[in-house]
Amino acid sequence: MEHQHKEHSLLAEEFNANEPRVNWHDETLWWVRQKRDKMAWSIPEWEDLREAASRIKHNVLGNLHDYLLAFEKNAQANGAVVHWAADAAEHNKIVLQLLQEQGVKRMVKSKSMLTEECHLNPYLAEHGIEVIDTDLGERIVQLAKEPPSHIVLPCIHKKKEEIGELFHEHLGTPAGNADPKFLTAAARQHLRAEFIQSRVAITGVNFAVAETGEMVVCTNEGNADMGAHLADVHIACMGIEKIIPQRKHLGVFLRLLARSATGQPITTYSSHFRAPKKGQQLHIVLVDNGRSRQLGREDFRNSLKCIRCGACMNTCPVYRRSGGHSYHNAIAGPIGAILAPNLDMKEYADLPFASTLCGSCSNVCPVKIDIHQQLYQWRQVITKEGYAKKTKAAGMHAMNMVLSKPGLYKTAGGVGRWVMRTFPAVVNNGLNPWYKQREMPEAPKESFADWYKKNRKQ
Amino acid sequence: MSRESILAAIKKNQPEQQALPDLDAFRRTGPGDPAAFRKVIETLGGQVFEISSYAEIQALIAEHQPDARKIISLQEQYLPGAITEWEAGDGGRQFENVDLAIIPGQFGVAENGAIWITDVEIKERVLPFITQHLAIVVASQDIVPTMHDAYAERIAHPGGGFGVFIAGPSKTADIEQSLVLGAHGAKSLTVFLYTPKP
Ligand code: SF4
Repeated sequence: MEHQHKEHSLLAEEFNANEPRVNWHDETLWWVRQKRDKMAWSIPEWEDLREAASRIKHNVLGNLHDYLLAFEKNAQANGAVVHWAADAAEHNKIVLQLLQEQGVKRMVKSKSMLTEECHLNPYLAEHGIEVIDTDLGERIVQLAKEPPSHIVLPCIHKKKEEIGELFHEHLGTPAGNADPKFLTAAARQHLRAEFIQSRVAITGVNFAVAETGEMVVCTNEGNADMGAHLADVHIACMGIEKIIPQRKHLGVFLRLLARSATGQPITTYSSHFRAPKKGQQLHIVLVDNGRSRQLGREDFRNSLKCIRCGACMNTCPVYRRSGGHSYHNAIAGPIGAILAPNLDMKEYADLPFASTLCGSCSNVCPVKIDIHQQLYQWRQVITKEGYAKKTKAAGMHAMNMVLSKPGLYKTAGGVGRWVMRTFPAVVNNGLNPWYKQREMPEAPKESFADWYKKNRKQ
Repeated sequence: MSRESILAAIKKNQPEQQALPDLDAFRRTGPGDPAAFRKVIETLGGQVFEISSYAEIQALIAEHQPDARKIISLQEQYLPGAITEWEAGDGGRQFENVDLAIIPGQFGVAENGAIWITDVEIKERVLPFITQHLAIVVASQDIVPTMHDAYAERIAHPGGGFGVFIAGPSKTADIEQSLVLGAHGAKSLTVFLYTPKP
């Protein structure tokens, strides 16, 4: 099968064509990372919380079979209908059937990376059903006919002027108005009309509690609640790894999630859906789509601990300078690069190479996934399977391009600050190609050390 | 059916079991600090008024929400004259033009300003989201220090079919990371922190 997408390195190169834009993208995400640091440092027991979260998730991986059965039993006792989907196609079919039973042609959806992974929207569109994404960032990329470029900040790659233009074209706002407050108010009005008319709502799930059969959905905007509470039918779609054992474990995850994601103490709304409201149907779709296979890969199963906070993307020097779309996968960044090869090793062979292996992702991950170790492991597997030939060289090409062009960083202030931001956790961990020549397919024109020495004197 | 094959694959592939960590060390002893609680809510864009009697609510609303016409109060004592019995409507859609809803909160969390609300009190789940502005009444003695205390002491067992932690007004920063209050839910949050006179 031919690659359907250009490789990461080429897509990154395209993104880098606009230098001020790349600098802006880089600095914006680094700012989010700094907000996360401030929050993390204000909690003395932060490291213990990460350890606890990681261990709870480890317990989940070892008991997933029983926890899923308990969740199913309790959810059914609460009045929900539980569906099981082996893959994206089955998930989409289940959702379509539920929508057809209701006879709806247009309905609202709140953020769910799983439905992105399954490409639900285009599938439903083929069957004459229009999905309205209601998270503001997701609605913006939907109007632009693009996928989200970040799991928490879907339109982080867009400038407000572009959003103003999109709204002018689709929502009839005055041309040239790019004020975020004004545009948000326009979106509020537009989407309220959609919530009111919609009889079915799809939501994602952040956590599903085996003990109680309830699901927790976290948003800042309130869109999941607006959709789900007004609908006659609520469809919640979740990957099987979202299960946690008991309600009290939510305390650990809700303390970590928003602080890691955006540097907030908690999201505005943490909604606990246990039973459907009177007269309402609640459907829960449990989706495998490669997760049970990843569970069996010893080196990679920890990736299933992910709570989708996005911290690893915000801190990643490659993500920040190559943009989410360069990963050509629903989930971008370091975590996307270890999840995607499990789905299709050939298609995503380039992604584990889109990293400096600096380890910053693993340092910020709230559930302590050894992300950079897994990236390194994937490189070994992909090379062994014979998919690496082209991508390995291309990966280093991208690294050189996004990281070692001194001209790109003139505006970024002192070199020390640049180094901090670009190599947030440079360590000689034995994996890092910037330190280990044998990892490099070709020597960079100017080594980082030389470059640094030269620039420091300026 | 996929259920059996998924479960079988999981059973085959799942790693050895590991014990769950003990969470008791994260608990705080003693009550939560209302001043800390207040401070977080203010950073989140909410406003907090300390009251010692519900009778103070009326004047505060007149002063700070002068444009609120259609006001729903879930308890008559919060605001005499407000709508307490609302007309039957279409699954909550009738609240779209409510200017202000005043609802009780079960307890607050000092570390993050979150307030726990359930459908046992609010009945119509959509009310705190669809109302244009939201006010929550919570007693200062009902503040717990952390989320661990919240789950251990206050919501260990599910009550009601729906519960939500609300921390501040609805907001978004999706447009160039500029924070804007009032995305889809309530545009503002007012908290009446109630401490009865001794
Ligand atoms: S891998 Fe860790 S840091 Fe990255 S999104 Fe998942 S939980 Fe967050």
